[in-house]
Amino acid sequence: MATYKILIIDDEPGIREGTKRILQNFKVDYPFMDEQIDFQVLEAGTGKSGIEIIDRELPEILLLDNKLPDIQGVEVLEYVKSKHYDIIVVMITSYASLELAVKATRDGAFDFIPKPFTPQEIRASVENITKQIFLKRMTQTLNNTGKQIRFQFLSVLSHELKAPLNAIDGYLKMIKERQFGNNVDAYDEMLDRSMERIKGMRQLILDLLDLTKIETGKPTQKLETVNIRKIVQMAVDTIRPYAIQKDVDVYINSRESIDMKADPGEIEIIMNNLISNAVKYNRTGGRVDIFLEKKEDKLKITVSDTGIGLKLEDKEKIFDDFVRIKSSQTREVTGSGLGLSIVKKIVDMYQGSIDVQSEPDKGTSFIITLIEPENNILNHSK
Amino acid sequence: MKKKILIVDDDMDYLFQMRSKVEQMGFETITAESQAEAEKVILEIKPDLCILDLMMESDDSGFILSYKIKRKYPDVPVIIATAVTAETGMTFDVHAAESTQWINADLFLDKGIRFDQLQREIKKLLKL
Repeated sequence: MATYKILIIDDEPGIREGTKRILQNFKVDYPFMDEQIDFQVLEAGTGKSGIEIIDRELPEILLLDNKLPDIQGVEVLEYVKSKHYDIIVVMITSYASLELAVKATRDGAFDFIPKPFTPQEIRASVENITKQIFLKRMTQTLNNTGKQIRFQFLSVLSHELKAPLNAIDGYLKMIKERQFGNNVDAYDEMLDRSMERIKGMRQLILDLLDLTKIETGKPTQKLETVNIRKIVQMAVDTIRPYAIQKDVDVYINSRESIDMKADPGEIEIIMNNLISNAVKYNRTGGRVDIFLEKKEDKLKITVSDTGIGLKLEDKEKIFDDFVRIKSSQTREVTGSGLGLSIVKKIVDMYQGSIDVQSEPDKGTSFIITLIEPENNILNHSK
Repeated sequence: MKKKILIVDDDMDYLFQMRSKVEQMGFETITAESQAEAEKVILEIKPDLCILDLMMESDDSGFILSYKIKRKYPDVPVIIATAVTAETGMTFDVHAAESTQWINADLFLDKGIRFDQLQREIKKLLKL
């Protein structure tokens, strides 16, 4: 439970006492708030003592009488404004004039409560303000976490970009310095590894481009009717040379034509990632099966492999940015660690779902369901 | 007897290169490709010096490993080698009170370090 501090500055002890009574057991909650908010009421009888309490306690809410024995309420308001305190001020006054109201509003007063007031009036105003503060703080927190995630992404990205450069740089130096004398095989091995790292880096850059396309895409996007089967065929053709090299057979199980309203580029990204993973993490002589099914507005894509499989604890992680499952079986496989995180982002845009079924050393199935958007527009801004 | 240096890095190429360099300097090497593997190694073997990568299973694997090594072998010098430096905005200063308190590493190195610099740093830490 959070507690907000309310300071009442009024020269009449009766008003201070009354307000305290009205608010001391008052609680505010929102249906979506995890916690209730209650209040601690502080009081001051003069403007100057009020300012002291403001400096010391930084209350969230200030209930301010304008007519005070020493300085005017609006002067207290000016002080709060000059200090850039994040305090919401409500003026309580019996002599409310238009002139005062305009001045106070200009200086940031949030609300006016005329004297004499009813308990209901005070509670309604405080409730309003509390919700306002709560939402503002919530927004700030969300913004900060957003920035934090971005920063983390960039620092990992920089690591991922530098690692292959360092590796290649290191090999080139070793070759240049003839560190292995006349052992040509050793240098060949280093050149092969360097080329492998360049390949990995190229993939990372391509994945980053995909990611940027998704994340900075226009808020809305025109869709067209695409033949999903055709896109899958293209993706399979792309991976074929690699599959032959690994001796993995790839089969498409689907009707000749499966139409859906979608962005063809996005479907291609999903298919390329799933199928290339299914080949990369397969065993020699293994197989990949792709099943396509469409029922009403739901498209179900299943990609099953006979590969190394996933451990239960790894299943949770694979959709995060830059996550690659490391084991003796995957150490030679290159990848950016972005593929599945990109797939997940696209699936979310189609209000879809991903299910992963896997057994170590047996294989993995990714089952993706996409919902065909009702009209020709896909909302990116969710 | 040759001094034993434990090198831990999940990048197989970097590990290979570091191992070749360190062996050329005349040291014996033990390698591990992950924090978990390194933790097993130090149960059995006390190295004379450790060179650790920072980001492995998690972003701070190197820190955790350094902490564990120092707890078991307070006298073994630890170098953390990382590609994460100033341009990410993440800077680590081994002498900053905050980091030394728990990480306890003796030295942070950039992965692009030159052979002779590395050799000098290792010798300094081994008091050779």
